[in-house]
Amino acid sequence: MIESFKIGDVEFKNRILVASGTFGYGDEVPDLVDISKLGGVVTKSLSMKPRDGNPNPRITETASGMLNSIGLANIGVQKYISDKLPVLKKYDTKIVANIAASSVDEYCKVLELLDAQQRVHGFEINVSCPNVKEGGLSFGTDVKLVSLITKELRQRTRKPLIIKLTPNVTHISEFARACEAEGADAVSLINTVIGMAVNIHKRTPKIATTTGGLSGPAIKPIALAKVYETVNAVKIPVIGIGGIVSWEDAVEFFIVGASMVQIGTANFINPATGITVAEGVKKYCENNGFDDVGRLVRTLQTNKTISIVDSWL
Amino acid sequence: MKQEIVPIHSLEFLSKEILELTFISEYLASTAKPGQFINIRVGDNFPLLRRPFSIFNVDENRVSIVFNVIGTGTKVLARKQKGETIDVLGPCGNDFLSFVDDSFDTAVFVAGGIGVAPFRFLTKKLYNNKQIVTFLGGRHKEQIIASGLQNIKIATDDGSQGFKGTVLDLIKDDFSKNMYKRPRFFLCGPTRMMKAVSEFATGIGADCCASMECDMACGIGLCQGCNIEMNGGDKKYRLVCKEGTIFETKNLKF
Repeated sequence: MIESFKIGDVEFKNRILVASGTFGYGDEVPDLVDISKLGGVVTKSLSMKPRDGNPNPRITETASGMLNSIGLANIGVQKYISDKLPVLKKYDTKIVANIAASSVDEYCKVLELLDAQQRVHGFEINVSCPNVKEGGLSFGTDVKLVSLITKELRQRTRKPLIIKLTPNVTHISEFARACEAEGADAVSLINTVIGMAVNIHKRTPKIATTTGGLSGPAIKPIALAKVYETVNAVKIPVIGIGGIVSWEDAVEFFIVGASMVQIGTANFINPATGITVAEGVKKYCENNGFDDVGRLVRTLQTNKTISIVDSWL
Repeated sequence: MKQEIVPIHSLEFLSKEILELTFISEYLASTAKPGQFINIRVGDNFPLLRRPFSIFNVDENRVSIVFNVIGTGTKVLARKQKGETIDVLGPCGNDFLSFVDDSFDTAVFVAGGIGVAPFRFLTKKLYNNKQIVTFLGGRHKEQIIASGLQNIKIATDDGSQGFKGTVLDLIKDDFSKNMYKRPRFFLCGPTRMMKAVSEFATGIGADCCASMECDMACGIGLCQGCNIEMNGGDKKYRLVCKEGTIFETKNLKF
């Protein structure tokens, strides 16, 4: 059974990654998870300087999901390189550094610092950050800025470059095409969906920033539809993210066309979810006569005459 | 720290409002310390996130928690039966024993409502070494759980048990009558109560630590959701689940 998958020159031992912001820096859970069984670990978003993050409350549970507004709290790229990367040496898995920044220049500088580190195998770019120069609007909702970031970063690294896309746009495939055109190796989607919850006793928002990012099983159908839209628009691999808690969920993403998947919120409930998903996917492929998990990818049977995105409108 | 599926030993009402759930875990019984918590997956799919519970008691291979049936998680938990299993992750967080040293002689426990949870276990570990006085506060008598505690003084808002008034009023009254040798305060309960008692402790020159409550997703430092603001120091926020739940109150920005 072939489980591995290559992005650029980097071979991941399986197609299961843990998502940024749901697994710390990779060194937090050695008692609970054998990290070496994961295809890779995507780090918490790293910025140039350490960030305190947002005030409390930062999270609240919602129906089949949770809202968060952590505010990209992180130790900063330099401390990550000096304190965290050396610890990760002993794990036989791939490290994908997730980068968040408030300017194009900052994205470039953080990437350059990490690109020099042998232990960093690739990059995932979080474009769902406020753009300080443009009054705090997210980079990720402006296709020109996503193009520019991809282009600038592509010139600075030969390691796998993955752009993580936000679903909070009209057509996510337009953004995926822009990334592909500027040389991205893959796109990952979806980041969290903007959401809100209200405390009716206090008549206040349930999280400090009023709105936040919705994740968990609640967003899986949205994620599947966005992955479906995107795989029909680009040739580069699409990494599916959104509400995966079981191997069956992951299989859905592969059938729809995701080449890899990431486990996010489920890590908060079972930090070893990635491993059980990898085992379950392997078994499913064995039972269904696939000798390579890749053969499962994009095997969705549809009635092509009505499978156009937005056809229901 | 481990994640385990453990059998439920018993589920009993300690009062009209408060339930004690006991489960069997050799591992937790032998490793958990007073003030630590366990993060319980109360249902298979609902609610989604685990729920944190302070460890109430440890007896041989049995570990118990106490809770009020108020939220979605505790409603599911209250329907569990003996012999069913639950998924527990722990022990999580720091513990009260790491706040125990030679700098004090009297341990003053102050609990608000279900905040009594860690003090029975802490009493077991401390009663040979320290003088203990325990102040329990609640809205009414059904919120008072006094078993396994020492030198107990009770305050209820409605006067249905003990002193009528807040636990802070009771503490003030009591401290005006009794001399406690070198006291240190240990708090667990509603944040407002802990803030008020902490101010009183500071006022009499006593050290004070408190187990803080916060909504959590993971309970092990992965999600960064349970931040608490610090009063100066190198970090603006710390994580309640991993760097707490117990903090010196002088370090907190209440």
